[in-house]
Amino acid sequence: MGKRIGIEVSIAAADAIAMANVDVVAAYPITPQTHIVEHLAELVAEGELDAEFVPVESEHSAMSVACGSSAAGARTFTCTSSQGLALMNEIVFIAASMKLPIVMILANRSLSGPISIWNDHSDVMSVRDCGWIQVFVENGQEVFDHVMFAFKVAENKKVSLPVIINMDGFALTHMIEPIEYWEQEEVNQYLPDFEPVSRLHPDKPISMGAFGMPNNFTEVKKAQDQALRDSKPEIIKAWKELAELKGKEYKPVETYQTEDAEIVFMAMGSFNETLSLAIDEMREAGQKVGLVKIRLWRPFPLDEIEEAVKGVKQVIVIDRAISFGGPGGPVASEIRSALYGQENAPGITNYICGLAGRDVTIKDFIKIYEESKAKLHDRVRQDEYIIYGVRE
Amino acid sequence: MEPLNVYATRLVTRKEYFVSGHKACQGCAEALAVRLVAKALGKNTVVATATGCMEVVSSAYPHTSWDVPWIHVAFENAAAVASGVEAGYKALIRKGKMEEKNTTFLAMGGDGATSDIGLQSLSGALERGHDFLYVCYDNEAYMNTGIQRSSSTPYGASTTTSPAGALHKGQLTWKKNMAAIAVAHEIPYVATACPSYPMDLIQKVEKAAKMKGPAYVHILSVCPTGWRIPTEKAIWIGRLAVETGVFPLYEVTNGKYKISLESELRPVEEYLKPQGRFRHLTPEMIVEIQEKVTADYNKLKAKTTA
Repeated sequence: MGKRIGIEVSIAAADAIAMANVDVVAAYPITPQTHIVEHLAELVAEGELDAEFVPVESEHSAMSVACGSSAAGARTFTCTSSQGLALMNEIVFIAASMKLPIVMILANRSLSGPISIWNDHSDVMSVRDCGWIQVFVENGQEVFDHVMFAFKVAENKKVSLPVIINMDGFALTHMIEPIEYWEQEEVNQYLPDFEPVSRLHPDKPISMGAFGMPNNFTEVKKAQDQALRDSKPEIIKAWKELAELKGKEYKPVETYQTEDAEIVFMAMGSFNETLSLAIDEMREAGQKVGLVKIRLWRPFPLDEIEEAVKGVKQVIVIDRAISFGGPGGPVASEIRSALYGQENAPGITNYICGLAGRDVTIKDFIKIYEESKAKLHDRVRQDEYIIYGVRE
Repeated sequence: MEPLNVYATRLVTRKEYFVSGHKACQGCAEALAVRLVAKALGKNTVVATATGCMEVVSSAYPHTSWDVPWIHVAFENAAAVASGVEAGYKALIRKGKMEEKNTTFLAMGGDGATSDIGLQSLSGALERGHDFLYVCYDNEAYMNTGIQRSSSTPYGASTTTSPAGALHKGQLTWKKNMAAIAVAHEIPYVATACPSYPMDLIQKVEKAAKMKGPAYVHILSVCPTGWRIPTEKAIWIGRLAVETGVFPLYEVTNGKYKISLESELRPVEEYLKPQGRFRHLTPEMIVEIQEKVTADYNKLKAKTTA
């Protein structure tokens, strides 16, 4: 059992990365990711972490350096937010197609413009189809645990794919929370040394990043899609092993108070903490309401989502990004698509809220619930969504 | 440059690391330059290549022309990718997870990948001091996409995006001096080379690889397709580029300049005339180019005595 201490989540995240014995960190500063990379630089400077800290001149180079070091067989970490992710976008896609097991923490922040440093999910939704494994966490402990999990899954030879840990900016990065650090022996036991499937080495020359002609491009992409889908059992296995070690079991989709629920909320990230409290309050008032938390965003956990909403009459999907001109928030669109044609599929209402760090309180969620409940027997259009709390 | 006889090239290893079967155009001096660089560096090398002609011609899946470990990620980031490979090796060797073999890390790109889109990532890598070699194969335009101008295209050259028209006579700006930009980073070694002088090129690349820290070699790579010359004239044109002073061969070792081949310069017109990309030049423009070449050459010479 490790010690439980009150600490800023970013510092704990950096400590976890150091305990994972990372070899190369390449990063460029951007709020709210900064405290993570600052602390890693500090650990290297103090000689407490034996790693190469590559202070690149841009996020584009951060991801490029990460590709190079991962291809060399080094355990590699990078970290960014918002515009930084947008700048490295090109290489994010390539890293996945080259199956380079890089781990990235994305301190979620809204995309410009207008420029804003605060939290929502517009950054990660811009790389929805990038081919990385993508998970969401809701508190500091989950960040710490998922650093170990991410390296384990990414570097698993059956997977060999990069992993994004989505961690809400400020709401998590800058909070001081009680976090139980793992013992180093626990880390060593859970996370084996990185043995790459192949690496750039003169003893066995290989060519990586070849030019794909139309006659085999489709096959390569199909194989890439299959690889991401096939990572799911390995992801679940890694969570199970984590449960055996630490007692807490993470799942692709987690539920709270859903057994007899007629209406459930569905959300990702730190909102789930607030939502749990809102559910408690509504339950006390006799409402049959529950919460479905999506932890695994990619590969998409279709079976688990179906299972989680079985018997539910209505799902309130909370989105933290806008798909401009689209049929709804990015999460809601996928959930609608996933449940379409299912027998007794629940109705879906879609609320977009908490953009650029705007507070969404328990009271707000209760209001959203009331509004949504009033539509329980209405036919909600597939493209209907409400941007909540707009001052008009 | 050493006064070597014509048999000197026979002393070069017969082993190829950039092997035949690639899809470069006939007469491509860039492919020749890559081959010579690969020979000079040998087996113990990891190569990071930018998107461009050399990546496309050498790596069409499932084929590869590379008999050394090779990686291509994107267009503007070869220097950053090589930085990552170097950093990975450094960490793994220090932590006892990999044997130290003094591997050379080569990043390479064309003039677009180097002096335009990849300039920032190159500058970052040079400034951070990674132990690597960057080679720019400069064919003076975006040849891979169809001969569009770059910042390395010489004044007056007609390309598909700096066409010679009634108003504008080809490229309106002077060629960016990439080697000078590399020198400004105060790295241990910068050199210019041309495959028309193969021994000089090989010796410079060998020297660059041995340097601790970043090294930069800028290689003029004649492109018959884009320069509109007969394919068998590539080596000859490369020689004229050097002999007219348009592309002087020199090296800068720890800040100290040395011209590799000093001789009386031939008139630039001899270099310009045979090339289709310059066929529209007016006599006034040729005078202008001659003046600039002479002035630049004199400035370079002054640096060797400074």
